[in-house]
Amino acid sequence: MGNGMQSNEDPAAGAGRGWGKDLLGLRGVGREAILQVLHQAQAMLPLATEKRRRWEPLRGRVVVNLFYEPSTRTRISFELAARALGADVVNVTTAQSSVVKGESLVDTARTLQALGADLVVLRHPASGAPHRVAQAVRVGVVNAGDGTNEHPTQGLLDLFTIWQLKGRLEGVRVVLVGDILHSRVARSNLWGLSAVGAQVGFCGPATLLPRPQDVPGVRFFSRLEDALEWADVVNMLRLQRERQVHGYLPALGEYRQRFGLTAQRLRRLRPDVLVMHPGPANVGVEIDEEVLADPRSAISRQVSFGVAVRMAVLSLWCGQGELSR
Amino acid sequence: MRLWVRGGRVLDAATGLDAQLDVLIEDGRVARLSAPGPYGSASDEVVDARGCWVVPGLVDLCVHCGQPGHERRETLAEMVQAACWGGVTTLVIMPDTEPPVDSPAMVEQLHALAGRDGRVQVHVAAALTRGRQGQELAGMGGLARAGAVAFTDDDRPVMDSALMRHAMAYAAQLQRPVLGGGLDPGLSRGGLVREGAVSFRLGLPGIPAEAESVLAARDLELARLTGCTLHLARVSTLRTLELLAEARRRGLPVSASVSAHHLLLTWEALEGYDPSAKLWPPLGSPEDREGLRRALAEGLVDCVVSDHRALAPEEVQGDLASCPFGAAGLQTLAACVLGEMVHEGALEPLQAVRAVTWAPARLLGLPAGTLQEGARADVVVFDPARRWVVEPTTWPAGGRNSPLAGRPMRGQVVATIAGGRLVMRDGQLCG
Repeated sequence: MGNGMQSNEDPAAGAGRGWGKDLLGLRGVGREAILQVLHQAQAMLPLATEKRRRWEPLRGRVVVNLFYEPSTRTRISFELAARALGADVVNVTTAQSSVVKGESLVDTARTLQALGADLVVLRHPASGAPHRVAQAVRVGVVNAGDGTNEHPTQGLLDLFTIWQLKGRLEGVRVVLVGDILHSRVARSNLWGLSAVGAQVGFCGPATLLPRPQDVPGVRFFSRLEDALEWADVVNMLRLQRERQVHGYLPALGEYRQRFGLTAQRLRRLRPDVLVMHPGPANVGVEIDEEVLADPRSAISRQVSFGVAVRMAVLSLWCGQGELSR
Repeated sequence: MRLWVRGGRVLDAATGLDAQLDVLIEDGRVARLSAPGPYGSASDEVVDARGCWVVPGLVDLCVHCGQPGHERRETLAEMVQAACWGGVTTLVIMPDTEPPVDSPAMVEQLHALAGRDGRVQVHVAAALTRGRQGQELAGMGGLARAGAVAFTDDDRPVMDSALMRHAMAYAAQLQRPVLGGGLDPGLSRGGLVREGAVSFRLGLPGIPAEAESVLAARDLELARLTGCTLHLARVSTLRTLELLAEARRRGLPVSASVSAHHLLLTWEALEGYDPSAKLWPPLGSPEDREGLRRALAEGLVDCVVSDHRALAPEEVQGDLASCPFGAAGLQTLAACVLGEMVHEGALEPLQAVRAVTWAPARLLGLPAGTLQEGARADVVVFDPARRWVVEPTTWPAGGRNSPLAGRPMRGQVVATIAGGRLVMRDGQLCG
């Protein structure tokens, strides 16, 4: 299918592949391909914050944000990135589209293609939905989060943040804390970090972790203290509150006590540890208010890096290639 | 009219026959097996079976029919055509139609639809409980009298264990087997694929293997308690096989089937999120597949079913979560078992033939599965050497949602004779 994103191979094993017409996920993608995006994002950094545009490589291109789930930051981040590159942006949210009239996802994507979209940025509650769309249309598809599978641009911006603030990726120890099982952010981080030679740890309640034998190469922690001791970077995942209702957890308070980055745990955290969170945070559950203001927190920088990373993705995937300097 | 099937290798698991013979069919029956020769008159119809196997028509104990209720998926007539194309001449419909088969009238309606017209023999398995709701027993006596060959609530296991006990005790008295097992609804809730390395890798909600083995264990215990003949339909995990082996050692009247797709595929088929690979029970690990093949060769698992479930094109167009479970399988059952399993060395030719003819027929006491003289003339000519690619869009009828689409296969049905009539020849439906 030529999207270059699907493979049975162990992502950590070999060179991995480059990019195809779509950005469906980071699994199976090679180190070089990921570094290409990170370098492009670095070049975009000064442009992302600039109000007057000098360079509009996507002028005349149409980027469609097709969102089947509510999202604020990801959608706005993609929109700002596309506008900063001079693209026309169309936002389609399910509440106002023919989706509510029963049109299927694949038919909607075909319609957007026929209307002249150059790139479809898709968020969908079902894992694999972007893969199915990418198989059915010629236009490029960028996955903006599919079910519990991947959120590749979030993964790339997390890698970018670590790279920028730690100065390297290889050998960096990154622990992801929380609901790994249902987290697309965790998966994209795992595949991306493994490809560039970082070490990955998982920490969370047993009910929300995969079984260790199903994820070889990952270090598992039952106690957050041990994970914080080990890690150079701690990425606190958002806890969906319905996990408690569905019997995965006894109580949110107990979750905070065992797996929350509390003010108390923050005080014992090494000064060089980087704290990240994909947002939006449940302040008082997985993370305390005090952490947000701490100098070790990269959370607000993650958000601004997000625009540069998505500019890199859009510029590369709209066929513009490297930024000419 | 007389019909000769000439020059083929006749394989009949009922008698252990494996020889080059001509088969003469007269009045819908196997009239004679004889050494190859120039018998007969010019007016006889002849099927040239040189280089091919001549085997009994296939017997498939697990087929889901779209009619009544889901005619857009597949009508009963289309299902019969798919069966003829695939060499299946006897099949058992599961009771999960809409409305479900929980009354004698429904059994009779399905029999009437099938027409008893001499083509495929359509049998019906009836529901254990009213509406397949797991609340109260269906009228099992009346259903048996109407011709139901077995009882099952299919993919909705009876979770009230006392009710299941009563159903099995009742079925035992009616001398009908219960098709049990299945997946525990709690453990499988929300799941789309087997839990494990691949479910994590694809970010898909998993169903643990234990969802099957906990129910298999319960039903095997209830078989011991009630003396009911229990058939575990579509087993898919190593642990279930262990439980089955233990029950067999104790001498319990238990049997099992496996779906052809589980013999050929593993959870790796989900890579790419193909909705047709979303099966119930879900596809398992390579170790499960090896275990199932071994269990079949050793006779621990008795037979192979298609677990055919046609879906409408629009149902399999989108993402995995919104698509129903199941895949079309009538068209590929023969190629999977008689072809691929033998080519891969998993089964000897007679073992493969037994698993899709004599073994399933005997389990439910169906008059099929053998080519002995006097038997109903359900005959399949199978070319074990023919290579083909599964292209569901070219199939003349029936569901096209096959997880084998695009796969090269070894071995294909080249002619199907049902009740003495030639109903498929070289891929073309006739008769």
